[in-house]
Amino acid sequence: MAQVTLRKLVKNYDETPAVRGIDLDIPDKEFVVLVGPSGCGKTTTLRMIAGLEDITAGDVVIGADVVNDVPPKDRNIAMVFQNYALYPHMTVHENMSFGLRLKKLPKEEIEKRVQKAAAILGLAELLDRKPKQLSGGQRQRVAMGRAIVRDPKVFLFDEPLSNLDAKLRVQMRTEIKKIHQQVRTTTVYVTHDQVEAMTLADRVVVMNGGRIEQVGDPNHLYHQPATKFVAGFIGSPAMNMIACGLEQAAGGLRLRMDGVTLPVPESRTERYKAYAGKPGLLCGLRPEHLFEQRPHLEPGQHPFEAVPVVVEPMGNETLVYFALNGHDVCANVDPGCGAKPGAPLKLVADLRHLHLIDDASGKVL
Amino acid sequence: MAAVLGASSAGTASAGSMKRDRKRALYWSYFFLVLFAIFFLTPPVYMMITSLKSSAEIGAVTNPWFVYHPTLENYTALIGSEQYLTFFKNSAIVSVVVVIITMIISIPAAFALARMKFWGSTALGMGVFLTYLIPETLLFIPLFKIFAFVQDTLGIEMMNHYWVLMVIYPTLTVPFCTWIMIGYFASIPKELDEAALIDGAGYLQMLTKIFIPVALPGIIAATIFAFTVSWADFLYPMAFTTSADQLVLPAGIVTILIRGDVYAWGQIMAACLLGALPPLLIYAFLMDYYIAGLTAGATKG
Repeated sequence: MAQVTLRKLVKNYDETPAVRGIDLDIPDKEFVVLVGPSGCGKTTTLRMIAGLEDITAGDVVIGADVVNDVPPKDRNIAMVFQNYALYPHMTVHENMSFGLRLKKLPKEEIEKRVQKAAAILGLAELLDRKPKQLSGGQRQRVAMGRAIVRDPKVFLFDEPLSNLDAKLRVQMRTEIKKIHQQVRTTTVYVTHDQVEAMTLADRVVVMNGGRIEQVGDPNHLYHQPATKFVAGFIGSPAMNMIACGLEQAAGGLRLRMDGVTLPVPESRTERYKAYAGKPGLLCGLRPEHLFEQRPHLEPGQHPFEAVPVVVEPMGNETLVYFALNGHDVCANVDPGCGAKPGAPLKLVADLRHLHLIDDASGKVL
Repeated sequence: MAAVLGASSAGTASAGSMKRDRKRALYWSYFFLVLFAIFFLTPPVYMMITSLKSSAEIGAVTNPWFVYHPTLENYTALIGSEQYLTFFKNSAIVSVVVVIITMIISIPAAFALARMKFWGSTALGMGVFLTYLIPETLLFIPLFKIFAFVQDTLGIEMMNHYWVLMVIYPTLTVPFCTWIMIGYFASIPKELDEAALIDGAGYLQMLTKIFIPVALPGIIAATIFAFTVSWADFLYPMAFTTSADQLVLPAGIVTILIRGDVYAWGQIMAACLLGALPPLLIYAFLMDYYIAGLTAGATKG
C-alpha cells in the first residue's frame, strides 16, 4: 500500500512533447482515473509510473521513494494492459503465478494466492485453460488476476475494458469497482471513456494536450467544471455551448441568444457582472437542464420556445435537438411531452446550472 | 461495413453463380496441383524405379519406366557398405551440430535485433539478410584462401575434415534463420514483454520463458531449414573434403559410385533415395508447425 506522487513530470518523444509537466498526488488506497481524448498523454503518464517509459524530466514517487531509475519489477506495481497481454502458451494458473514463480516464492504461498485471486474473480474453474480457450471477459479477469496475486503497492490499468463489447464493459466496470473495494490498493486507471471515469473513480484527472485540465471527484467535475474542455468532455450527451451576449438590464443580468433572452439567477450576479457586454461568451447548459414545460417552475427555471429538428426517443427519456443562435442544442425531455420535429415546443432552461464560459481563455467563469 | 453487407447480400442473391465460380476455381487449382505434383514427383519416381533394377536391366533396351525383374540388391549393397554408412554418419553429425550452432547463435541474435532497439540495430538486421544473398559459389574460393591463412598462422589443417563443414555451414544457415526469427519475434505483441518485465523477468527469462515458447513454430521452421541446407549442401563438401572417411552423403555418393566414366546408376539412385529419407521424416513430423511458420512469415515482413 502506498501513495503515488508525480512531480513536474515531462515526457518528450524526440522533440515532440507528450506529457508537459504533471503534478499529482494520489493518496494511499485511492482509485484515480486519468481520462482524456487520445493523444492527451494519459497512457504515457501511466507507463512512466510503471517504468516502461523513460522520464524526460520530473519525478515519480511511489511510497517514499523516487523511482525514476528503478526498473519496473522493483517498483512493486502491477499493470493490466488493453490487449490483456496474457502469455498464450501458459494456462490461466501459470499466467497468474508467473511473476510469483520468478520471485521464487514457496509453492504453498503461490497456490494460496492464486486460489484466492481465482475465487475473487470467479476463475476457479478455468485455471487449467489456455488463454485462447477463454472469452474476452474471462481473459480480462485473468489479466486482473495476474495483477492481484502479486499483491502490489499500486495497480495500473491501461484502458482495460476498451476491447470488450458494450454489455461486458459495463459488467466488468462494476466488477473492477467491487474488486477495488475488496482489495483496497492504490489504483491508477487510464481510459478515454468519461462514463468509465465517472463511475469508477474516487477522483478523476482530466487531461488534454499533455496537461492536467482539472482534478476532482466525479460530482465536482460534473457540477463545477473549471474549463471549457472539461465542461464539454464530462457528461453525456455533451454540454450545450451556445454563443451568447450578457447584458445588464433593469431586473439584473440577462443572457441573449438570438431570439431567446433568459435572466441570470440573482445568486450569480456578483460573479458575472464584470463580464456584461463582453464578447466571446458561451452559455453552457447540459441537456438534462433543458426540459419540457412543467406546471410548477422553481426560481431560476425559465421557459422559452423552440422548434425541434430531430427527436431521438431513448425510452426513459427523449433527446430533442433544435437550433439556437447557430448551434445545435440538445434538450432532454420527458417521452410523454409529445415532442415532434417541426412542431414548436415549450422548453424550460434551468439556469441554476448555468456555466458561463469565456471562449478565448477556455475558462469557466 | 455497408460494403461488406452489400457484398454478402449480393452473394446470397446470386448463389448459383458463386457456386459455379467456386467450382471453376477448384477445377483450375486441381489442374495446376496435379501438374505440379507430376513435375516434382517424376524425378523421385524415376529414381525409385531405377533403384529397383539390376545393372543389366538398366543397361538393357527396355521400357525405362517399368521394372521387369525387381531387385533390392542396390539397397542391400549400400547398407552393407562401410563407406556409405560412414557418409551417412558424417552427414548426420554435421547436420545436427550445425542446427544446434545455428539455433544458439540466431535465436539470441534475432531477439536482440527484434526487441532491443540499439544504435544500428535496423542496419544490422538488414545486413544479416544481405549476407544470406551472397551465393556459396562466390565464397568457396576465398574460403580456400582463408583456410590456407589459418593453417599458416595457427597451424590448424582445415582441408579434408568433415568438421570444417560445421564451421562453414552456419554462414549459410545463421543469416536466414535469424531473419525468419526476427519476423517471428517482431510479431509478438510488445505488451507481452512489458507484462513479463513487470512480472520481474530479465531479458534472458523473457527469451526462454516467453519468446521461445511463443515463437516455437518459427523456430521449428528455422530448424528444418538449417537441417535441410546442411544435409543437402553439395558444393562445400565437394570443395573441401576428399578422403572417403571424411565425406558427407552428397559428395560421397558421387565420389564412390562414379568411377571414371562408370556410373553405378542403380546404387546412385538407391543412395539418393535413402539420403532423402531423414529430411523427409523431419518434414513429416514437423509439417504442421512448418506450415504455420511459413504463413506467419508471409504476413510479417
